[in-house]
Amino acid sequence: MAVSTHNLDDTPEILTRLEPVKIETRPLVENNRDFHWITDKICGIVEADTPRWWWVCMVAAMGTASFTLFGLVYLVSTGVGVWGLANPVNWGWAIVNFVFWIGIGHAGTLISAVLCLLKQPWRTSINRAAEAMTIFAVVCAGIFPLFHVGRVWYAWFLFPLPNSNAIWPNFRSPLEWDVFAVSTYGTVSVLFWYMGMIPDLGVLRDRAKAKWRKYFYGVLAMGWRNSARHWNNYEMAYLLLAGLSTPLVLSVHTIVSFDFAGANLPGWHTTIFPPYFVAGAIFSGFGMVLTLMLPLRAVFGLHDLLTQNHIDNMCKIVLATGTMVGYAYSMEFFIAWYGANPFEVFAFVNRAFGQYAWAYWIMVGCNVISPQLFWFSWIRNNTPLVWVISIFVNIGMWFERFVITATSLANDFLPSSWGYYSPTVVDIFTFFGTFGLFSILFLLFLRFLPLMPLAEVKHVIPAADPHGHDH
Amino acid sequence: MSEKKYGIIASFQTTPDVFHASEKVRDAGFLYWDAFTPFPVHGLEHAMGQKRSKVPCFTLIGGLSGFVTGLIIVWYMNAHDYPLIVGGKPYFSPIFPFPVFYELTILLAAFGTLGGMFLTNLLPRYNHPLFDYKDFHKSGDDTFMIVIESRDPKFDEDRTAEFMAELGGSDITVITAKE
Repeated sequence: MAVSTHNLDDTPEILTRLEPVKIETRPLVENNRDFHWITDKICGIVEADTPRWWWVCMVAAMGTASFTLFGLVYLVSTGVGVWGLANPVNWGWAIVNFVFWIGIGHAGTLISAVLCLLKQPWRTSINRAAEAMTIFAVVCAGIFPLFHVGRVWYAWFLFPLPNSNAIWPNFRSPLEWDVFAVSTYGTVSVLFWYMGMIPDLGVLRDRAKAKWRKYFYGVLAMGWRNSARHWNNYEMAYLLLAGLSTPLVLSVHTIVSFDFAGANLPGWHTTIFPPYFVAGAIFSGFGMVLTLMLPLRAVFGLHDLLTQNHIDNMCKIVLATGTMVGYAYSMEFFIAWYGANPFEVFAFVNRAFGQYAWAYWIMVGCNVISPQLFWFSWIRNNTPLVWVISIFVNIGMWFERFVITATSLANDFLPSSWGYYSPTVVDIFTFFGTFGLFSILFLLFLRFLPLMPLAEVKHVIPAADPHGHDH
Repeated sequence: MSEKKYGIIASFQTTPDVFHASEKVRDAGFLYWDAFTPFPVHGLEHAMGQKRSKVPCFTLIGGLSGFVTGLIIVWYMNAHDYPLIVGGKPYFSPIFPFPVFYELTILLAAFGTLGGMFLTNLLPRYNHPLFDYKDFHKSGDDTFMIVIESRDPKFDEDRTAEFMAELGGSDITVITAKE
């Protein structure tokens, strides 16, 4: 170990002449907007008259959601046989859609929790909408396992509640862990979302003119009065919730992947599944955040709050997680070959070149190739193109879950029992309609709740620095 | 209905103003006073001489009770009340149902945190003398405020108002509480 003999006089002369390069950081709120502008802009969205496009979208969303309603009513009144499930594929679109929607939710928690712990201030303008997306995606996801149980009026057997058969859930099953993981995830996401909103609801309450608004926001704001002593406890609670949500979000998709990895089926029984599913979930979630936020930015004129800097960062996360997903795909192939298990090798060759090759190559095209375009800054700067790529990400991630589920089940150990799975029109209707349900919930959120966290956005502008912002 | 003085409020326009004013109020030895800011000002808790928040205690209590609840329900349901043999695994072990303990730990810790935030802040409280101050809504928008309460032993209406003016506060107003 070197003995430190340095003191200031020994400093090489060159160091005193060096001037560190000043790295320009792009502002998080552009055009030097002040506190009052931010309040007016975000509260203005909720306080303005309902725009006509909102009604058009709402009616369209309700029309779309009615497909889920019809699909489910037909299913419950007839039986699960109306879905395309048949031997050997008894896990079809229901699990695919469930994993798809749960995965989408993960970006919201990642933005609100993980980026909070990593002190990434750019999360502030997108976290509220992303958390809302998480909750609504969990609602959509929950529909599928709930109705897949067949007799939906017995779905409460999933929970450890006393019943007249005197039997209890089997805690050795990953499916039962999933019940705990997903219900905890939904609940904690709602708590985190609500707590983050309390100060903003207080602002909306104080600005409210109509009586119903005063009561509505007044009750929800819990009497928040911007006290610094309250902020002290609030910030501690926020940090703790972020700290709790981080292991939670990682565990949820890990446990979802256990649903597959816990089985002995070739193509499912791999230890790479947890990290691979989590990376895929974050990838798909950021795809959905871009899909939702870019149109909102244009419609509400949020360019100063949701800057090119934010879009760049989101694109880079999509690029990073998309590359991880691509790595996982190739690693699965490598391990299948290296593991020298003929069933495992067959499962993967069959994925890429078998009867579902069309789905596999859609998945690779959307998930591995399309995000690589984000290496180029001119593509990240082209907002319509970013939006199109984000749609590809969403499509690709749905196909990933379809490929995993269908290929392994359709061609398992005994060739005599192989089959080909196709969804029925009821499957398609039920899934299509969940986009309507998601849109209804998101439109209501836009109309009645603050789209961006006022306090957090104000916190990142230079005027919020208590030591002056000139140095 | 009688009226009682609640305290004196002063407004500040910038973040450094309220930060330095808070340091001076703290150094002047006031006990019952508070600052009101539209967002959590970085370092203000030290400038005000606040202690570390107690919320983590509630989180810990929530988390521990979640973990123990998980242990108890798995043991009771799968090993005691209705022992079930599945896959040759033991009736009870802390290993295989760990995801259940884990999720319940997080669930109850999150409830503990939110509940702890409300308890330590004495919220919800839908009525407060400050809500009657006509400009109070600005504290959520772009104005910073400091209130020194009348129950503070050093409170003296005239001298405290002068002190607030020295700090650079504007719109110095006496707040009354209805009783």
